[in-house]
Amino acid sequence: MADLSINFAGIKAPNPFWLASAPPTNSGYQIMKAYEAGWGGAVWKTLGMPTINVSSRYGATNYRDTRMAGFSNIELISDRPLEDNLREMREVTKRFPNHATIASLMVDTRQEWNDIIKMVEDAGAAGIELNFGCPHGMCERGMGSAVGQDPVVLKTIVEWVMDAASIPVITKLSPNISHITDPGMAAVEAKTDAISLINTVKSIVGIDLDTYAPYPVVDGKGTNGGYCGPAVKPIALHMLKELKQHPQIKDTPVSGIGGIETWRDVVEYILLGATSVQVCTAAMHYGFGIVREMEAGLRKFMDERGYQTIYDFAGKALPNVTEWKHLNLEYSVKAKINEDKCVGCDLCYIACDDGAHQAIALPQEGQGRIPSIIEENCVGCNLCSLVCPVEGCITMERKDDGSKHRTWDERTQADNIPNTWNDDRAGGKGHYVPEPALALENKRKDRSKW
Amino acid sequence: MAEYKRPANEAEFQANFKQKKPLMNATQAYYESSRCLFCYDAPCMNACPTGIDIPLFIKQIHTGNVEGAAKTIYDANWLGNACGTVCPTGVLCEGSCVYNNQDVPPLQIGRLQNFATKSVIDQNKAMYQPGPDNGKKVAIIGAGPAGIACACELRTLGYAVDIFEAKEKPSGLTVYGIAPYKITNEEVLAEMKYLQDQLGYNVHYNQAITSKEQITQLENDYDAIFLGVGLGATAFRNLPGEDKNGVYGAVEFIEDLRMNHEKTHVGNRVIVLGGGNTAMDAASESARMGASEVTLAYRGSKEKMGAYDFEYELAVGAGVKGVFDASPTEILGNGSVSGVKFKRASGEEFVMECDMVIKATGQAKQGSFFSLIDGLELDDKTRIKVNPETNQSTNPKYFAGGDAINGGAEVVNGAHDGKLAARGIDAWLK
Repeated sequence: MADLSINFAGIKAPNPFWLASAPPTNSGYQIMKAYEAGWGGAVWKTLGMPTINVSSRYGATNYRDTRMAGFSNIELISDRPLEDNLREMREVTKRFPNHATIASLMVDTRQEWNDIIKMVEDAGAAGIELNFGCPHGMCERGMGSAVGQDPVVLKTIVEWVMDAASIPVITKLSPNISHITDPGMAAVEAKTDAISLINTVKSIVGIDLDTYAPYPVVDGKGTNGGYCGPAVKPIALHMLKELKQHPQIKDTPVSGIGGIETWRDVVEYILLGATSVQVCTAAMHYGFGIVREMEAGLRKFMDERGYQTIYDFAGKALPNVTEWKHLNLEYSVKAKINEDKCVGCDLCYIACDDGAHQAIALPQEGQGRIPSIIEENCVGCNLCSLVCPVEGCITMERKDDGSKHRTWDERTQADNIPNTWNDDRAGGKGHYVPEPALALENKRKDRSKW
Repeated sequence: MAEYKRPANEAEFQANFKQKKPLMNATQAYYESSRCLFCYDAPCMNACPTGIDIPLFIKQIHTGNVEGAAKTIYDANWLGNACGTVCPTGVLCEGSCVYNNQDVPPLQIGRLQNFATKSVIDQNKAMYQPGPDNGKKVAIIGAGPAGIACACELRTLGYAVDIFEAKEKPSGLTVYGIAPYKITNEEVLAEMKYLQDQLGYNVHYNQAITSKEQITQLENDYDAIFLGVGLGATAFRNLPGEDKNGVYGAVEFIEDLRMNHEKTHVGNRVIVLGGGNTAMDAASESARMGASEVTLAYRGSKEKMGAYDFEYELAVGAGVKGVFDASPTEILGNGSVSGVKFKRASGEEFVMECDMVIKATGQAKQGSFFSLIDGLELDDKTRIKVNPETNQSTNPKYFAGGDAINGGAEVVNGAHDGKLAARGIDAWLK
């Protein structure tokens, strides 16, 4: 049976499922409850400069009947007295010495960093996470993402921390930057033990149509929040890959954060090189019990594939993430509709006709509603298979025989790329496109209006 | 049987006639509307006789534009609320939902429709206004679904409209003839008031048009006349003994029930004769009124019945027993009914005892009334012949719709016919 335990830059934990520094880790009560529920670690809600929080702190992006597909907050770091937090931390680390109880910190001056590091080490913290990510409130005071967005400042502070700390240090990065490798390199140059990412994305989740203020509305006003939840996972995965493919950063352990809710999310993060994962929104949505599904799924995945530890498959997807120019231009897939499964919603038809390449035809009037693929028009874009509501109904079938492999890069080297406006070698040359006037004959029927 | 206790008061009546499609709450509507796939050229829309843009109104409900959803519905169907509850959605819109093809429950389109329409009716949100007066007048005979729809549409086009209705309430069989568990009188009449308040057509109640003189007067006073007269009373077909006490016509029985609720007389052992939807309703209603035994007797096989399968299931669910291959030959009894003699196809005869018989063997035609109108051609089933594009009859001044042209169909068909006729009238008078 798979062994889920990890040693993350010297921080040991019974499993890679950690709670991210956030409201679920606001108190010793919550963290111990989480450990009882099966979490392997928790990053304490950020300790540091005293704060005051507003009432009305969270907003959400709901999609159809899904609540909190994206989640935003304007809550600051812990507003509880440091002494209370430290007392509770001491109790948690004493009762759960084998769990990864990590102190997230955010202070200003070097002296403050030195002092607070000493305090959390005394409280038994297994590691420190540096909050350089908060994109709301604290950044206005020169902390949080204000640091994460400035590699020079970030490097200086990490150096102070590395000087002062005797326990492992994780530098948490902000995604609110063009090149995540810039702060990543700064952290590595300052000899951080590990990196975690992403912190929240600067965002406005929506506008209240009654008050004309952004959510969450605080007495008629709002401010940008930090966006997280399932919606940000793709952004986080990409940034994780950027770090893990960077020659100077790739060997630094990374704790993955951003929209993790299911075992699949966890596996994807590990496949791109994360060796611990942190969760916030899912715990805020479903409670700590959500970890049961992650653990069961991860175990099943590992047992089926014969992996003993997560290190057996960590980073295994990285060699397959490449630049566009290295993709095989000879590869060809075309859509195939399984007529036995098709329900006749014709979403594939209209998606292709309006949004893609006019490669799906409807049957003749009176011949039912099952559409058909016009193979010569199909460019293999996948759109129909993505909009199809039926499991396994539209599949993309490989059409080339796999014998040819030609990339843009290779064609460039062979001086065989289109390079004039009307070059015959351009991809769309000769591809069928309906005459514009045909659009006027193809109007939607509206029987209610005759 | 006796699943239902005889209702002694209105509350018990309502409990026995619990609404089959209750109004959704906002949460139900939110989750249900989220399921719609927004099919291209949606089958549900094509299955609707009035062509309501169903995917659009469902999306509008989901995005919180409930009033917009109601507008989408009423733009296509003036009886949007009544149709949401009384339409046989299982064989129309919901029956054609593509989810059925993968055994996923179809969208509850009827209930979503009511969620939207009921919301604007309850808030009395006016969405329509009469068109500028064009100086022309149209008379409508019959305030049933077809007549009301025709009136609403004509008013938006600027016509003055007078409806002549034989009874004292509008909406025809919607209030007088639909099973009480499908819609309440209050709900029907609220929609009628909602429409009339916005569009201001006149309805003259208790004004049956029955004579040549009246017809001539209307022809003199109005530019066009719409016939939405429906069908007549239950057809009695000279079955021996059908004049005995305790023999009722289904249409009259249901009207009594709709108007008088628990005060309606229902026997202990009821035999309903017929195999159509009205027979199912009458049988189901007798059971819900606490009859200890309700038998539905049909001359043919179960499969040959004209009723929708779901209507039969509903009756059986209420405790009705079906007897097939049973042609009534005589109603027995000494003054009051005591039984019915039946004959099987094999010639075998048998008697079933009862103290009430409800005949649901079809409604009488309006042939004698139609004969008052010059040049009005009828088909071999005594239905008014119309141009299907305009619903204009063979007497160009007359247009028609609803049961008078289709021989007896749904409220939604009447709603569509009336609207179509209004457009036809407008095109003809322009």
